[in-house]
Amino acid sequence: MVSYEMPMDKIRQKAIITENISIAPGVYSMWLETGTLQEAAPGQFLLLYLPDRSRLLGRPFCIAELKENRIRVVYRAAGAGTAELSRLTPNKGVYIEAPLGHGYPLDEDIIKGRKIALIGGGLGAPSLLFLAEELKEKVTAEDSIRVVLGYRDGSMKRFLADDFISLGFETVISTDDGSEGIRGNVIDALKETGYSPDLIYACGPMPMLSAVKKYASDEGAAAYISLEEHMACGVGVCLGCVTKTVKEDPHSHVRNARVCTEGPVFDARDVEI
Amino acid sequence: MKDSKDRVTDISTEVGFAGHVFRNPVTVASGTFGSGIEYSRFVNLNALGALTTKGVSAVPWEGNPTPRVTETPSGMLNAIGLQNPGIEVFIERDLSFLEDYDVPVIVNVCGHSIEEYEAVVERLADDDRVAMLEINVSCPNVSKGAIQFGTDPALLSEVTKRCRAKAKDKPVIMKLTPNVTSIADMARAAEAAGADGLSLINTITGMKIDIYKRRFAIANKTGGLSGPAIHPVAVRMVYEVTHAVDIPVIGMGGIASAEDAIEMMMAGATMIAVGMINFTRPDAVTDIIAGIGDFMKKTGVRDIKEIIGVL
Repeated sequence: MVSYEMPMDKIRQKAIITENISIAPGVYSMWLETGTLQEAAPGQFLLLYLPDRSRLLGRPFCIAELKENRIRVVYRAAGAGTAELSRLTPNKGVYIEAPLGHGYPLDEDIIKGRKIALIGGGLGAPSLLFLAEELKEKVTAEDSIRVVLGYRDGSMKRFLADDFISLGFETVISTDDGSEGIRGNVIDALKETGYSPDLIYACGPMPMLSAVKKYASDEGAAAYISLEEHMACGVGVCLGCVTKTVKEDPHSHVRNARVCTEGPVFDARDVEI
Repeated sequence: MKDSKDRVTDISTEVGFAGHVFRNPVTVASGTFGSGIEYSRFVNLNALGALTTKGVSAVPWEGNPTPRVTETPSGMLNAIGLQNPGIEVFIERDLSFLEDYDVPVIVNVCGHSIEEYEAVVERLADDDRVAMLEINVSCPNVSKGAIQFGTDPALLSEVTKRCRAKAKDKPVIMKLTPNVTSIADMARAAEAAGADGLSLINTITGMKIDIYKRRFAIANKTGGLSGPAIHPVAVRMVYEVTHAVDIPVIGMGGIASAEDAIEMMMAGATMIAVGMINFTRPDAVTDIIAGIGDFMKKTGVRDIKEIIGVL
């Protein structure tokens, strides 16, 4: 059923940049302050509109942290738009739409008594940081959590890893070339630790998510993965950001779920990636 | 610009189009607003002059692989490929949803063959919830049908005649592509075949290459360019077409402000559609409706019909 209780001014709002710093080559950490208290769930995302109005589309970023009315975004300067974003200095205002999409399921019956792994590759780590903060509040002594973060190499300065460690979570690092942590990908690193999760939350590049899906299927673990796709509207209208699903869904009827609306987090078993 | 003494307060934004009267000339471009379900959270649908729905076909269409969209300067390329759930779901879900609103509905119809267009038109011909039918003979992103019907005058004539014959008393609007040598010739062909109105322009075929990955930015290689980047092309084409035919035109292409809408009407459009900008500002369409009223009051235009085709 359609909900009518969200006026435009509730999701579209002006945000002031309070910090925008480089934390690794090409990777930036930005804090944004909005006028009102924010509500969002881990895994939800925002669209950020750039001041250069010839760049019309909002940039989708996951919410890396949320503290009352302050939102953290960690992003890579991948193109001209995000390069413009990286040059914005504190006190500059930008428009954002938030929160959008459906995040990681965190119901008690899903997480209780589970061996949980948070698996992030590259720019997938930010989405898991917000999740880790939320999980810290929810987990009990019966639960266990490990974090596995994969990077290209040591030059990426294992960005955000210390944020997870300071939450008290055991955090394993892998790099493709072994220049930091375990040599190999995140699945190699997970296996090497001997930890066998039965619940996985993952965000990262598509090949990594495919590997996580396969690992979860082989090991009989549940896995929730956050997908990324090019989008225009962010609210389910343009049909730009679809992903193939196993079953016919009630919206598209052609097995094309919208990453922005039904996702970005999906049960790995439900998507064909 | 008139003097301030010409400022008016009692304005009429009503326009007539193919036998219907609309409370204002503003609709949305097909495919940029869904059926209004999602945007109804942010936008008062009852403020629109009409709501044009995303293209619907006889059976569900899967659309193209991703990436389907990419940004370009002051615009975007898309190759969605007319993904839609098919006419039966559309009737049951989307038209039922719109029953709760007081907004005339223009249904955009797509097909791979004339028979498929006919099947959808026939299915909607007796549906009172539908005001007009807009026939999409111009989507550049499907390999079979669609744009072929809009680029060959003989095929355009045929699909127009056959849809017209099945539509009973529903006005049939042909949506034209700009990807032709002479859009005026296509407009004349549609008019001669019995079209009650025309919509233009659909997107302009374009291409973008990611030079670092040496890949096309969208999976379909080519996509349709929309947004403010194409607005001057759209204004020129609306001007050419409205000087070539007598049937009314819904003008569209990069309208992002009330000024753009007024410009399009001065070029000859009886109605206008707001398109790509819906994606970046869902309330743009209601801002534009309000802005048209402000322009009329400020410049002493009592009746919006005064400005249609003044040039």
